[in-house]
Amino acid sequence: MKKFMNSADEFLKESLQGFGAAHKDIVTCHYDPNFIIRSKTTKEGKVALITGGGSGHEPMHVGFVGYGMLDAACPGFVFSSPSPDQMIAAIEKVNSGAGVLFIVKNYSGDIMNFQMAAEMMTGPSETILTNDDVAVENSSFTTGRRGVAATVIVEKIVGSLAEHGGSLEECKQLGEKVNKNSGSMGVAFSSCIVPAAGKPTFKLGVDEMEFGVGIHGEPGRRRDKIKSAQEITNELSNAILEDLKLENKDEILLFVNGMGGTPLSELYLLYDNAKKILDDKKIKIARSLVGNYCTSLEMQGASITLTKLDPELVKHWDSAVHTPAIRWGM
Amino acid sequence: MSVDFLIKRAKEIQVVIDSNAPEIEKLDQEIGDGDHIFNMQRGIKLVIELEPIIKDLSMSKALNQIAMKVLSGIGGSSGALFGTLFMTMAKSSNIDKGVSYKKAIDMFTNGVEAVKERGKADVGEKTMMDVLIPVANCLKQGIKNDKNLKELMIETIETAEKGMLSTKNLLATKGRASFLGERSKGHIDPGARSSQLMIKTVCESILNC
Repeated sequence: MKKFMNSADEFLKESLQGFGAAHKDIVTCHYDPNFIIRSKTTKEGKVALITGGGSGHEPMHVGFVGYGMLDAACPGFVFSSPSPDQMIAAIEKVNSGAGVLFIVKNYSGDIMNFQMAAEMMTGPSETILTNDDVAVENSSFTTGRRGVAATVIVEKIVGSLAEHGGSLEECKQLGEKVNKNSGSMGVAFSSCIVPAAGKPTFKLGVDEMEFGVGIHGEPGRRRDKIKSAQEITNELSNAILEDLKLENKDEILLFVNGMGGTPLSELYLLYDNAKKILDDKKIKIARSLVGNYCTSLEMQGASITLTKLDPELVKHWDSAVHTPAIRWGM
Repeated sequence: MSVDFLIKRAKEIQVVIDSNAPEIEKLDQEIGDGDHIFNMQRGIKLVIELEPIIKDLSMSKALNQIAMKVLSGIGGSSGALFGTLFMTMAKSSNIDKGVSYKKAIDMFTNGVEAVKERGKADVGEKTMMDVLIPVANCLKQGIKNDKNLKELMIETIETAEKGMLSTKNLLATKGRASFLGERSKGHIDPGARSSQLMIKTVCESILNC
């Protein structure tokens, strides 16, 4: 294993310390329990958006704390859900009385820990569960679809509504709409290495890819031989288009996300290939996002997310945001 | 059963889990994401480190401290599930004036019931519940039938092993392994394996005392 680290035990702490110091104008990091809040106090009467999940997906979620997006993020150990004491400590700092909205990716550990936090806290709370990964079948007999890259879009859009005075119920509804309008699917060319494990989570042959991979390197639909970018993009896009039932003239946000180990040049190439498919189907790309936002440590791979837009979603996507990882409009 | 009993068992469990770590890690890499063993090792270490703080506390307070420690120190599903187990055990009535084996079994089975609620998983879903639920039922039945403690421990060890092995051919429908669908078959669930090892360790030390 080659990683910039001193010891597996100190990995998360040192990384968070660096993050906090580098972005001290925007965020304040608290330790033991670990949580990150905005450096400016959340204004009175604003719904508090709190999220969290295992570390290793940076900038998700800590990089999205700031004006127009999250009020707090609780990072767990690498690929492991945060615990309720982190959420409770964050709530004490950011709950201004208008209620707390938890944004949770659909993973058993995250769900259980956020549920315990909701039981332990006082005052109103609601939860948005994201489950945009179309690689996994949705069935009442399984944990269901995973929450992956579209969580970034949910956090941006709901963050805007909360900043502009949306109520707890309105924020929850909007978040659920974005989630329902979104579909994602990813592919990995290599595994990631959890620092504490010190070796790859899974093994792929030099000419193999994991199709429909999860953001922790969990297997997806199948293992396959590597194909051309256009063929991979076709398959990813078609799976999402089929799931979202997009039609002619629908407007969408196209989000090409890197898993951490793929250069931007390749992500833009994927964007080009996806655009060809969408142009062909007369689906209009109204907004775009390209980059490493929901990563899996050093995994080589990418995911495509499509979100069906309407004027309300466009307005909240475009509104001003100022976080360590996403900044525009101000 | 005393707080000292809990600490001693935790130390024994640490030895057993450490010596089986490569196997558990491998099982998790086959159908999970590979972090289960680290979570277990971290949790057990944290519980053992609590010794100076909890050794003179009442049973309910000691169990609550353990619950909060595993909840915050392990994180993930394991933290929530084991935290729920110990929290529920701590809530059992009249445990501060001595805990008989009968009472201990009662505490444990209540805890397993709460874990089942928290994780929304039942027998047959390829999780640690395939060990914990049959074990709880076996213990309950043993108490009901006034079974000899040593016999009951032997039976519990067998039940745990059977439950653990049963996960091999099951299709995972809960947790990370569920994303694999059919590909999850043919592998023993790592959580079932670690639970079975812990149960075996506790039962064996009761047998040997």
